[in-house]
Amino acid sequence: MKKLSALPKPAKILIWFLIALFAYALPLLELPILSTPDSDFASVLFTVSIYCLVALGLNIVVGYAGLLDLGYVGFYAIGAYTVAILTSFHGSWPLLLAIPVAVVVAMISGVILGAPTLRVRGDYLAIVTLGFGEIIRLVAVNTEWLGGNKGINNIGRPPNLGDEKTGLFEVPHLFWGDGTVLLDNKDTTKFLIFGYSDAVPYYWMGLTAVVLVLLADILIKNSRVGRAWEATREDEDAAELMGVPTFKFKLLAFSTGAFVGGLAGALFASRQSFINPQSFLLLFSILYLAAVVVGGQGNRWGVLLGAFLVAYLPERFRGFEDFRVLAFGLALVLLATLRPEGLLPPRRTVRAKQLEHELDELEEGAEPDHDGEETARA
Amino acid sequence: MPDLTKQEPAAAAPVAPRGGTVLEVRNVTLKFGGLTALDDVSFEIAEGEILGLIGPNGAGKTTCFNAVTGVYRPTSGDILFEGASIIGLKKHKITQKGIARTFQNIRLFPTMTALENVLVGTDAQHTTGMLSALFRLPRHRREEEQGHARAMELLRFMGIHRKADELAANLSYGDQRRLEIARAMATGPKLICLDEPAAGFNPAEKVELMNLIRKVRDQGYTVLLIEHDMKLVMGVTDRIVVLEFGRKIAEGAPAEIRDNPAVIAAYLGVDEEDAS
Amino acid sequence: MNLNFEFFFNNLPELTITGLAFGAIYALIALGYTMVYGVLQLINFAHSEVFMYGTFAMLWTIMALGAADANGVHLVAILIAALFAAMAMSAVIALGLERIAYRPLIKRNAPRLIALISAIGASFVLAELMGLRDKISGWFGLDDDLSDYVQKAKINNSMAGVLEKPRFEIAGVSISSIDVIVIVSAVAMMVLLDQFVRRSRLGKGIRATAQDPETASLMGVNPTRTIQMTFLIGGLMAGVAAFLYMLKLDATNYQVGFLLGVKAFTAAVLGGIGNLRGALLGGLVLGVAENWGQAILGSEWRDVIAFVLLVLILLVRPTGLLGESLGKARA
Ligand SMILES: Nc1ncnc2c1ncn2[C@@H]1O[C@H](COP(=O)(O)OP(=O)(O)OP(=O)(O)O)[C@@H](O)[C@H]1O
Ligand SMILES: [Mg+2]
Repeated sequence: MKKLSALPKPAKILIWFLIALFAYALPLLELPILSTPDSDFASVLFTVSIYCLVALGLNIVVGYAGLLDLGYVGFYAIGAYTVAILTSFHGSWPLLLAIPVAVVVAMISGVILGAPTLRVRGDYLAIVTLGFGEIIRLVAVNTEWLGGNKGINNIGRPPNLGDEKTGLFEVPHLFWGDGTVLLDNKDTTKFLIFGYSDAVPYYWMGLTAVVLVLLADILIKNSRVGRAWEATREDEDAAELMGVPTFKFKLLAFSTGAFVGGLAGALFASRQSFINPQSFLLLFSILYLAAVVVGGQGNRWGVLLGAFLVAYLPERFRGFEDFRVLAFGLALVLLATLRPEGLLPPRRTVRAKQLEHELDELEEGAEPDHDGEETARA
Repeated sequence: MPDLTKQEPAAAAPVAPRGGTVLEVRNVTLKFGGLTALDDVSFEIAEGEILGLIGPNGAGKTTCFNAVTGVYRPTSGDILFEGASIIGLKKHKITQKGIARTFQNIRLFPTMTALENVLVGTDAQHTTGMLSALFRLPRHRREEEQGHARAMELLRFMGIHRKADELAANLSYGDQRRLEIARAMATGPKLICLDEPAAGFNPAEKVELMNLIRKVRDQGYTVLLIEHDMKLVMGVTDRIVVLEFGRKIAEGAPAEIRDNPAVIAAYLGVDEEDAS
Repeated sequence: MNLNFEFFFNNLPELTITGLAFGAIYALIALGYTMVYGVLQLINFAHSEVFMYGTFAMLWTIMALGAADANGVHLVAILIAALFAAMAMSAVIALGLERIAYRPLIKRNAPRLIALISAIGASFVLAELMGLRDKISGWFGLDDDLSDYVQKAKINNSMAGVLEKPRFEIAGVSISSIDVIVIVSAVAMMVLLDQFVRRSRLGKGIRATAQDPETASLMGVNPTRTIQMTFLIGGLMAGVAAFLYMLKLDATNYQVGFLLGVKAFTAAVLGGIGNLRGALLGGLVLGVAENWGQAILGSEWRDVIAFVLLVLILLVRPTGLLGESLGKARA
């Protein structure tokens, strides 16, 4: 990381471009170690991208603004149901029109839920949001207009590009033989056909959403808004006394999180083509939270790592599926008690920079001042 | 009684030119359940003045700050800032109107760098929102540049600009206190309230800080200062208000306070014993 | 959704009594939340699992001791044994929670968010362990060694039909004897506990710690022990709740804790978290409101009612009906 930040700008851009390219190409590479033996790798990657999206959104709420949201799946459900209703159950809108509406509806519900509850004490908020997530699900279960227990199917798909049979062009996958790598011309992904079997285009869609949200996240975090969130999280009263309208910013964080959650839900619904209330159990709120906390709340790269682990590991090791919740529970307890800041805590780079600085000073024979010692101790 | 002027940090400052009244505390009473922390307290601060607020432990000094900055709502009485009542205003509104403060027990944002802490202060005057930030609109860029420049200026003024990129939590105790003052100044206040800014400092550091506070005033700020060290208060303030058990027992120029028998009984007597 | 007021008004007394019985159970569980919150300012999220383990202890005891064939004194003895088993199980789980999920964090003075996350994790671990009990016991080859009784208990989540539940009539209102037992014993337990916390040395220590942990420890109250006692009492009460719950509903499963936990927490907040009497009042109010509500709206909305009530209370009166009194209210 520290070498990366020292590189000249064009080199940095090139590196990021290569990383992005690799991410997009991942399902085509069919890398033997990464690929999931028991389930379609591209589908798994799509799930990973949705978890990444959700983790980025929840990270704004939990990691940046310090609001514990245990009902995040509620916004995800709102996004999914809005798309399902508009494109299939009560309308036949094109998906690309339904998604913005879904996202806005999720955001508005974030404001409606947040406006009254963000004034109550932080840990009450956790319980209220938990209640909210369950209410959304129970309402879906009990309302025929929302498909009830049976759910909604035939949800709209993204528009295809090019001819239904071949797309604009076909992209071959790799085939790994014994020591040889071949282009497999029989196993191709059509660019860009959103069909039932091939999940690769959906993964590309999900990944694109992740990249966009990630960019927005970087821009917003590195501004007055991001500072206000962090200050509010660290010491709400002090922030308020430094002129930060904390309530406004908490509401902003909450609704921004809802926005991203709604987007993730909408994409999920479109890929599944079918949703029912079972897709929005409380368990998912906890898994999302686990992704954020395990990765390192407050650090966007950390939460992406967490999302990857939470979504990917159970697919890679299908045999242990029964023990997945148990494992996450254990992970939460262990992390909270042993490493509360997560695998990749935020500000790692800042601390690394400081250490580097101190080492430089030592090497130059300069006496470390007492501040330096304190840093080392802290 | 000892000669309090002996160790003054510098010659007594000439009384600054007085403008109008910046803050008026009018018959403020504040109760916590049965405890009366402030009892019918009134005083004024004139523009460009350094007003000292002193009194023994538990006299109600910090509570007075809390009432002025909107943390607690007075049980009765009124607080006027530039002629308008600020009772019932939200805390951040009061700050935006022009009252800033520091805290007796340091309350920085520990996971943010020194620079970012001060930037949060400068943001009090900014209006960049989500969309400006997202699309990097001119307003975002302008405010970010201005805030940055101002913040670095303030860090330099407090002598901690070399630590700009360190986390607040990793600063030394003294630098944390200095950073709090920089952060408060960054909000662009007219009145700045310092709650025992020199607590825990050694004598030399204290003298330095008091000189700094005078410089703060000379930059056009009005200062309300809580300080335990009598000698320092005498040296730096234009006027002093003395609280005891929530009541104002004296008010006047440092020389008058020094000779006021009630103050000597309530405060200096204790201080003298402590000192020996 | 159609509103059924006719049914509601025709059955008001029955609905109220059943509601009170549920409410009494909520109240007993709520005690655990309220006391831990009073002392530590933490939501003991895993308390619901403390209760859940109690229900299984009760179930297994009843099955193992063969309550189906017993009557008279024998049956009473079995029930008492089941009560103690439930209380012991819940107490052990509660103490274990304190030791593993909380104490390391309290020692480090960790942020409350972290403690809550730890508790959520612990809650999942406990629930899943119970859910996977067959698998896990299979690994250790326990299946072969266990006696018939335990085998039967292991696969069954229900003891339906084991106990007779006579009903009787007063002034034309049909009342279940179980409901009466539940209400009376829950209220009795709460009164006992209230007196205990008010009068005993230990209770005073708990209250002192809730008000001001530092001063309390200066006055010689051992904080670790006090916290332990708080968890212990919460656990014992959850055990009683589990016993009464099984008497009333006969069946349990490893996920039963979640909903009951949220409702009990709602009850605690409703009455004023940290306030013992508030927990009782909150539980009873919630139980009745929920039962009335489901009579009017339909039983599928039952769980929504509790959540909506929770949100409303927090908005209207965040300190609850009776205020927060175990310690002082902290803003
Ligand atoms: N939030 C509160 N609740 C109850 N009592 C309070 C509260 N804040 C302050 N007090 C009480 O009000 C009185 C005045 O306290 P305050 O902190 O204003 O004193 P002070 O003059 O700043 O003292 P010190 O020199 O120790 O800082 C004290 O008796 C204190 O215990
Ligand atoms: Mg004070």
